[in-house]
Amino acid sequence: MDVIIENLPLYWDGLLRTLFLSAVSGIIALFVGTLLAAARVSPVAALRGFSTVYVEVLRNTPLTIAFFFAAVVLPRLGVRFEQFEVAAIIALSAYTAAFVAEAVRSGVNSVPLGQAEAARSIGMKFGQVLTLIILPQALRTVIPPLINILIALVKNSSVAGAFFVLELFGYGRQMANANGDQVMAVLLGVAFFYLLLTVPLGILASTVERKVAIAR
Amino acid sequence: MTSVLYDVPGPKARRVSLIGSIIGTVLILGLAAWIIMTLAQQGIFEGRRWAIFTRGDVWTLLGNGIIATLSAAAIAAVIAFPLGLMLCLLRISLVDWIRIPTRVVLEFLRGMPVVLMMLFVLLVFATNSFIAVVAGLVLYNAAIFAEIIRAGIQSLPKGQREAGLAIGLTSFQSRLLIELPQAVRRMMPSLVAQLVVLLKDTSLGYIVAYGELLRSVQVMADFLGSAFLFPVFFVAAGIYIAINLCVSRLAIWIERRGSKKAAGGVAPAAIRTGLEPGGNDPVAKDSVPGPEQK
Repeated sequence: MDVIIENLPLYWDGLLRTLFLSAVSGIIALFVGTLLAAARVSPVAALRGFSTVYVEVLRNTPLTIAFFFAAVVLPRLGVRFEQFEVAAIIALSAYTAAFVAEAVRSGVNSVPLGQAEAARSIGMKFGQVLTLIILPQALRTVIPPLINILIALVKNSSVAGAFFVLELFGYGRQMANANGDQVMAVLLGVAFFYLLLTVPLGILASTVERKVAIAR
Repeated sequence: MTSVLYDVPGPKARRVSLIGSIIGTVLILGLAAWIIMTLAQQGIFEGRRWAIFTRGDVWTLLGNGIIATLSAAAIAAVIAFPLGLMLCLLRISLVDWIRIPTRVVLEFLRGMPVVLMMLFVLLVFATNSFIAVVAGLVLYNAAIFAEIIRAGIQSLPKGQREAGLAIGLTSFQSRLLIELPQAVRRMMPSLVAQLVVLLKDTSLGYIVAYGELLRSVQVMADFLGSAFLFPVFFVAAGIYIAINLCVSRLAIWIERRGSKKAAGGVAPAAIRTGLEPGGNDPVAKDSVPGPEQK
């Protein structure tokens, strides 16, 4: 127990960095994922094809390989970044965007046909149908799955700890090495801080599922 | 469904769309060409870097990595599934002091990163990395399996349990013999999708120094020199993604196959009353299973 209290500043630092990584990657992933979902249902065949291939490949890529790519391969391509956080954010948001795209697409599919038909019959174009009629309803139905994706994102950000980013897991590993005799306490502390982030999100997801979202 | 979002494109829209597609394709090809050029300038495509694939021991190492990956995933899946069933039964138990602690444990397991559990097992129990990887995967996925099956049981019609109790089964027998088999069948697509996640998560073994595919890439790069990192990494990533794509396809195939039959195995057999062979008996008509829409 003492070891946790002694190292509280490190835990706090790690928690903040985990939150930072998750928040930034989450926002990028939500944005890119929605764009990908829109591309997936668009009339332009090339966009549909690109989106399909992207989602299929990224969803089937282990996160560690995505990280390896971002941290080791990208620098060789001339993409230079000062900190490894940038690599972590690239990997996490590229990976999560694929899952967001799938969730949003299933939401688009769950909107009744009549909505799109009505929108088209009053003369709306594809962009208007999608942004004014379909997406607002679709996003509302997919809020719970999206929160679950964000929970997964918080947990996935722990992989960054293995690629030179000192977030919660990274600090945990460091502290476990430094305090060889109290490994269990150190790691349980890390687990506690992760639960501090994921459990409230999970409760939020189930509350939203019951109250806000509309069942179809 | 998607075509309902836009009118059938006319000649003008088709032309615009075609031009857009061509420009997009050219841009992507341009990007790919730029990447290849940049890599080529660094000598990635020199024959000598790829010549290592003619060596047998490189393939042996890669093969060992694949076997290590697949065996960890297989063993973890085989242990996690029955454990998940058991946790699910405990989770929906009618007894408070069984249900509530199980719920806490499940929330705990689901809220933690898998890699943290692997590291925990590795360091606290001082096991070898194989056991750590399998234990981490088992703990996490058993919790997920339990939640999936619980959702399946909750989605069953109430009458299933009532009928079980009515013929004199105890509550536990009804769960085990009537509800569980149907729930597992109904949730098959989600369960297989979770298996894909499990397979993907074996790559986290890289972090706890388990000798899976990605680790063998690292080992080879350390051993042969970083010049060979790229060829080996690309081949390994290709293999990994190919295996995962195959399992995903399997999941989709199972889902399609499942939805053709009535989902959940609750298809009522057509009742033959024997009174009216013409078949305008309302009971018989109602009981003909139609294709169930999700």
